[in-house]
Amino acid sequence: MNYKHAVQSMTSIMARFTDYVGKHLPDDVLGKLRQLREAEDSPLSKVVYDSMFENLAKAEELNRPSCQDTGVIQFFIKAGSDFPLLADVRNILTEAVRTATQTAPLRHNAVEIFEEKNTGNNTGERIPWIDWEIVPNDKGITLEVYMAGGGCSLPGQGKTLMPAAGYEGIVQFVFDLMTSYGVNACPPLLVGIGIGGSIEVAANLSKKALFRPIGSRHADPRGAEMERLLEKGLNDIGLGPQGLSGKNSVMGVHIESAARHPSTISLAVSVGCWSHRRGTIRINDDMSYEIISHKGATL
Amino acid sequence: MKKMLTTPIRNEDIEQLTAGDIVYLDGCLITCRDMGHRRLIELGRELPVDLQGLAILHAGPIVAKDGEGWKMISIGPTTSMRMEGYEKEFIRETGVKLIIGKGGMGPETMEGCRTHKALHAVFPGGCAVLAASQVEEIERVEWLDLGMPEALWVCRVKNFGPLIISIDTRGNNLFEANKARFNEKKVPVIEEISRQVRFIK
Repeated sequence: MNYKHAVQSMTSIMARFTDYVGKHLPDDVLGKLRQLREAEDSPLSKVVYDSMFENLAKAEELNRPSCQDTGVIQFFIKAGSDFPLLADVRNILTEAVRTATQTAPLRHNAVEIFEEKNTGNNTGERIPWIDWEIVPNDKGITLEVYMAGGGCSLPGQGKTLMPAAGYEGIVQFVFDLMTSYGVNACPPLLVGIGIGGSIEVAANLSKKALFRPIGSRHADPRGAEMERLLEKGLNDIGLGPQGLSGKNSVMGVHIESAARHPSTISLAVSVGCWSHRRGTIRINDDMSYEIISHKGATL
Repeated sequence: MKKMLTTPIRNEDIEQLTAGDIVYLDGCLITCRDMGHRRLIELGRELPVDLQGLAILHAGPIVAKDGEGWKMISIGPTTSMRMEGYEKEFIRETGVKLIIGKGGMGPETMEGCRTHKALHAVFPGGCAVLAASQVEEIERVEWLDLGMPEALWVCRVKNFGPLIISIDTRGNNLFEANKARFNEKKVPVIEEISRQVRFIK
């Protein structure tokens, strides 16, 4: 395959994958939702879970985006240093988003700052957003496509604490956020917590925490324990589906961390709604690909 | 038995409904969210749709051109709390009887619902294809200059729901009551977890 064909091929794969992600939840999210649905017994929780699963079935049947808010499209990339199309990845993803906006169709969600006009095609200044990590000596590329709606972006907050506040300060912050903004952000939520030494590090990590498979744990035993404690504690409050109260609150709690400055503890929280539309795809240098998040999916 | 509301909605249709009840809507439903509220209340522009006795949906749908008209693809509720600053006045100005959205609304909306007899209800968030399948027709669109999400889409709906009443005409507020309970429950939970995460020695 020559270079031009490879660019066309990757553009087409990413346009179809972006389209697909808006219509199908990943396997781990679906599995968790089924489990949480089983636990509920009140009439309101049941009617909400019934609506959620009926909606997913209709989205599949009618080939439509399962939620109308298909977000500002974001790509979190782990790019091999030897991936042959590295120089064109931004162009490829921008074009893929334009195409998926028409084929899916996706809602028009890119509003230019200051001009305050919706561009009508989901591209705009620095959008689609691309976050890069470079993987040495790798010829392939792994991309997370993420569609966060406004509802679950609204709770996004961060704060830099003084060390005296300790990890206890993080716990307080997370609970306060979840019982205020979290209630309206379409629970059961996936909670991403970033901890580091400055606010932008924490914010970025809080979003990356949402891409870990549900049920995975932080590598440090204390980190893993804190995830378990927060998950159980939040579930004990019982926000229930849509905040209408119930047996649980969250699909999971994931913490990502970076070593901090001795004088600061920065933390940030990002949440994913129950309709957590993320997709993971690995593309090789010959443009063969594997969809990791949705087993058996065909584009 | 399914509880139904049909537009135009009269005060006596909704006065007996209580926060936590589940109802379904037949009739005329208009999408109206941030910009629609802002134009009427803050900028003093006249709404191009008479909402007296009708229902609004806090939503920004995905629609597709369908010949001369439009087809509803995906339409779920958006976070109602964003409209809290406008809703009381909005109810007074328009005579709207049913406000549908996602999540709760606050004390201003409660007062508006009590004084002018209106309801706030939630449609399950993220269930946008389910909702679209209950839209029979898009009758017209107004203020399309605001873009697809913010325009006013005038829809005829059938069996639109489930709609869970969150604020009734007597001042009950399901989400505020829930939040008070969540906040009460969280105090001992935070204490217990904090005790176990004192990693800084």
